[in-house]
Amino acid sequence: MSIRSQLLLVAGSVAAMLALAPAQAQETVKIGLILPMTGGQASTGKQIDNAVKLYMQQNGDTVAGKKIEVILKDDAAVPDNTKRLAQELIVNDKVNFIAGFGVTPAALAAAPLATQAKVPEIVMAAGTSIITERSPYIVRTSFTLAQSSTIIGDWAAKNGIKKVATLTSDYAPGNDALNFFKQNFTAGGGEIVEEVKVPLQNPDFAPFLQRMKDSKPDAVFVFVPAGQGGNFMKQYAERGLDKSGIKVIGPGDVMDDDLLNGMGDAALGTVTAHLYSAAHPSAANKEFVAAYKKAFGQRPGFMAVGGYDGIRLIYEALKKTGGKTDGDALIEAMKGAKWESPRGPISIDPETRDIVQNIYIRKVEKVDGELYNVEFATFEAVKDSGKTKK
Amino acid sequence: MTAVSDVSSHAIARARWRPAEIVFWVLALSCAFLFPSRYLIMTDILRLALFTLSLDLILGYAGIVSLGHAAFFGVGAYSAGLLALHGIINEPVIALVVAGLVAMVLGFLTSFLVIRGVDLTRLMVTLGIALLLEALAERFSNITGGTDGLQGIEMQPILGMFAFDMFGKTGFFYSLIVLFLLFLLARRIVNSPFGLSLRAIKNNPLRASAIGVPVNRRLIAIYTVAAFYAGIAGALFTQTTALASLDVFAFERSADLMLVLVIGGTGYLYGGLIGAVVFKMLQELFQTITPQYWLFWIGLVLVVMVLVGRERIHRWVLWGPNLIIRQVFGRKAGVAVPESDAP
Repeated sequence: MSIRSQLLLVAGSVAAMLALAPAQAQETVKIGLILPMTGGQASTGKQIDNAVKLYMQQNGDTVAGKKIEVILKDDAAVPDNTKRLAQELIVNDKVNFIAGFGVTPAALAAAPLATQAKVPEIVMAAGTSIITERSPYIVRTSFTLAQSSTIIGDWAAKNGIKKVATLTSDYAPGNDALNFFKQNFTAGGGEIVEEVKVPLQNPDFAPFLQRMKDSKPDAVFVFVPAGQGGNFMKQYAERGLDKSGIKVIGPGDVMDDDLLNGMGDAALGTVTAHLYSAAHPSAANKEFVAAYKKAFGQRPGFMAVGGYDGIRLIYEALKKTGGKTDGDALIEAMKGAKWESPRGPISIDPETRDIVQNIYIRKVEKVDGELYNVEFATFEAVKDSGKTKK
Repeated sequence: MTAVSDVSSHAIARARWRPAEIVFWVLALSCAFLFPSRYLIMTDILRLALFTLSLDLILGYAGIVSLGHAAFFGVGAYSAGLLALHGIINEPVIALVVAGLVAMVLGFLTSFLVIRGVDLTRLMVTLGIALLLEALAERFSNITGGTDGLQGIEMQPILGMFAFDMFGKTGFFYSLIVLFLLFLLARRIVNSPFGLSLRAIKNNPLRASAIGVPVNRRLIAIYTVAAFYAGIAGALFTQTTALASLDVFAFERSADLMLVLVIGGTGYLYGGLIGAVVFKMLQELFQTITPQYWLFWIGLVLVVMVLVGRERIHRWVLWGPNLIIRQVFGRKAGVAVPESDAP
């Protein structure tokens, strides 16, 4: 009679399934927030989640008469999880926005769903150029690698750096960073002496760093995703590269504010181009940093700012549509949106739905005993050159 | 009665369909109509169930432990993905079988490594093969898409008639049919003389070879069949999600599989299916309650489950229902759960 007992077990599970059946949408606007809350990219997810919570604390959870409800899901940065979660959020929870997306493959996996369901997809982290081209319903509030990489390429060529070795993570954003840097740096007369791609899942940089050291460049151009920078700098210092006069340059992901303070003095003098520094000297940023520190006991990084502006964009769009949640109307409302973010003035490009923002050249310095990226040059209203080239 | 007829009558008795089994499958089918908004998670469960069935074939019946079963899952997934992406075979059903066969070939080739040595060696070898394949997939990113995964897979309608839809309805029925057919096949295999000889090998390989069972050949055969099953599960994964990324080879996938089988019980085919249902339900439940720390809770449940013992949990779960059954059908009608190694 054993089989019958198994049936009972299954019946129990089915009852559990019923209990999980979602509530139906009422006078609320639901946002499905899909983030990596566990696994290697968890720091990204936590920052964005924190920032979204912070914004909702500061601005209340009601916009245009609608209550905002955020449903947080963990995809551990695995694209098929992302897709399933996005699908379930859209179909079952009837969310009006899907948001988050810690890595490019996750953002791409959800793109066809955004198109099919006409649900705006707010990309708060992933930084590959092509993302916004995959669906007319994608809007980005983070950054693209092209924005910062072209600018650091120009800057390096103009500031006496002749030979550069590159070390980039081998996936779409890493390749974007490499290509755009190379293009602008070599156009400015620079030379790439060594090109190394490291696997994304392999945080051991030591063998690669040895090759870097042997090729004796003026500087190393580094792109690793946010969260891996600390590990990179540690090994960089262990190998003695910091004393050999080889400078680290790159897009700012490697010098994420989240980890910067733990990197030690080896990071001093690193020059990066990026959209945000916790040391950005504006009133809006000071307020943001203070509130974030107070609430979560740590410094916000650029991922937090992406999340903060992402939720703000949703609020602004809802204000404009008067609480209407039609996908097309929301996307129209988001196009051309403009405001002063903690990172500086930003807007949404009406044509590409990508972010337009200032890119700053920063140098790591000690301020009040803590390491900060101190901005010393600004490039205003930078568009994503990944698309403007086409 | 001679020993031979005793064995065969025993085997025939085991192979007979019980009414409760039919009820199980009817119940599975009825889930499709009971929960029309939960197709995706149910499809996920079906894929996991098929994958677990594969591990049960080698672990529960032949006693081969494996921590690298994701290798075959991944090969099946990438095969199906590449076939669809490059338009080599557009028909999902044929592509599914081909992907399964590719995994099967790999299973056959690696089986020679696996049958050498005993449990610990096998764990290491299987684990090594999966890691190797993962590294290869990452290295040849021009074929596999590397960490970004295979992008832009578009699935054609099944048999040219049933298109995959956003709600996962087609995917669910497709997976359910595939699971059912392969389950029938597995049921036939384990109840055949071949299946019985596997059990003999599992219990005592030395004695099995002494009574004339060709141990290595039997193990190679079942390992190859299991690889086919895992490959089909992987191909189903790609076809129903239109995705294939490096994590199909991930160690976590193989390890989860082991957990599923531990929950459900080895050595009876329904163990994998029930384990998959319970495991996914727990995961879904904890992820909904705490997206950040769900791993802790699922870990805790597993530890408790192992400490308490599956049999005891089953008895507790069945206490209520049994009370009712006994009231209705009399004292002897209670229900018991098969132990991990059903005779």
